[in-house]
Amino acid sequence: MDARLGFTTVNSSVHQPQPEPVVRLRGFTRRFGANTIIDGLDLDIAPGEFIALLGRSGSGKTTLLRTLAGLDEVRSQDVEVPDSRAVVFQDARLLPWKPVWKNVGLGLKGDIRPRAEAALREVGLGHRLDAWPLTLSGGEAQRAALARALVREPKLLLLDEPFAALDALTRYRMHDLVLSLWRAHRPAVLIVTHDVEEAIALADRVLVLDQGRIVAEERITTPRGERASFSARLREKLLSTLGGDDHSVVPFATALEAAE
Amino acid sequence: MASLAIEHSHGAERSRRPFSLSRFGGRWLSPVLLLFLWELGSRSGLIPERTLAAPSAVIGTLIDMVISGELPSNLLVSFARVAAGLLIGVGLGLALGLVAGLSRAGELAVDPLMQIKRTIPALALTPLFIVWFGIGETPKVALIAFATIFPVYLNLYSGIRSVDLRLLDAAKSFGLSRAEQIWHVVLPSALPSLLVGLRYALSVSILVLVVAEQINASAGLGYLINNARDFMRTDIIVVCLMVYAILGLGADWLVRAIEARALIWRPSIVEQ
Repeated sequence: MDARLGFTTVNSSVHQPQPEPVVRLRGFTRRFGANTIIDGLDLDIAPGEFIALLGRSGSGKTTLLRTLAGLDEVRSQDVEVPDSRAVVFQDARLLPWKPVWKNVGLGLKGDIRPRAEAALREVGLGHRLDAWPLTLSGGEAQRAALARALVREPKLLLLDEPFAALDALTRYRMHDLVLSLWRAHRPAVLIVTHDVEEAIALADRVLVLDQGRIVAEERITTPRGERASFSARLREKLLSTLGGDDHSVVPFATALEAAE
Repeated sequence: MASLAIEHSHGAERSRRPFSLSRFGGRWLSPVLLLFLWELGSRSGLIPERTLAAPSAVIGTLIDMVISGELPSNLLVSFARVAAGLLIGVGLGLALGLVAGLSRAGELAVDPLMQIKRTIPALALTPLFIVWFGIGETPKVALIAFATIFPVYLNLYSGIRSVDLRLLDAAKSFGLSRAEQIWHVVLPSALPSLLVGLRYALSVSILVLVVAEQINASAGLGYLINNARDFMRTDIIVVCLMVYAILGLGADWLVRAIEARALIWRPSIVEQ
């Protein structure tokens, strides 16, 4: 391992000592008819770990996320996920007929108003408690969705391309928000994204999924905020794994560097 | 100075503006004109009273009938028929819509029957209902009930089936039970559609009421009309027609009021 590199390629044959993982998948396979979507996947997520899952469309990342979210049944497979988990979807999926605070408290028991209020204040939406979801902006809706996930104090927080529909500025703000919430609550986080920059900026570990298998795994040890020095190199590396052997798509920055 | 000049020219323009219909309640003008012509025709003898009573005579009759209690008591009878018919029809429509919407087995059992029922015009059953239920209140209420089942059923069923599966997934991911999913997600999302069905049912119920009341009624609006026909009292007939129209308007207003209350979360598409 080169300490100056800031990231290491994880060799799966070397077992690192880990605390009891919150998610544990062994040989997980999922088929729809003749199509194998996920093929013998092994995955451990440690408590409080921040993982980014990269993959092209059709790589099986949505299927994996649905499994971790408990939306698809896992029949007699070796899958362990915590009971307390929460999902933030790309479209916020707030119920339009419930005011924001009731959406946040959806399915909770007891006096939910104070808890929902606290969660909404934490994501900076304290002033929109009684608003109808259809009147929220895209960024506000995603904040509300984050509050709805966090109010459950999940051990596992799943983010399904949560910022893909937001403009760049809002997206950066949401990155900061997610990181600060993660530091405050320490859930294990799995963010599914197709944005390599986002993965590098946020995660402790980046997984690349292709044809239902994990084809690359990078652990980033450099603190967030100091990753600029190597992010270009790592991005290039991840993009080449993402694109397989097909190099027809050259990232803009790389093309510039080559031209110099 | 400049603002003064602008105000001045504005004022001048306003005073120059020609007579505008819309400023004098233009939408009321043509109906009022029609009433006026009708009254004129009646007074001059152009429209005989046995063909159509004059508007002034109709209003006089209306006041007489209200004061004597003849209209309120018969209106109450008709209203009770509609209410009973709707209660049964809407109730059955709700129950069947829920069964067919929420379960595959229920859909298989209920939907084919409802589709067959749909092809039979409710009013065509009148003779059969008279044979079965006689000529009392029962066939009238039964006809209204029969006719109002379908609009409620169909709209509730399709409303339930068109629920946004992504919202349902989200609710599932937060650990809501099946019953909670139905209560918090499926039913609220079906509500707009159900209200459309309810509105149909209300207007259908009044339509069927008119016909059902022609069956040998001894009270109610239909009875008043039948009697008036026998005595060629066109003024009473027109009064009853007005009451039917007001019933229809009232039913529509009722559903609008429910919609405004229940669908408050929807941003209005049309600017108020």
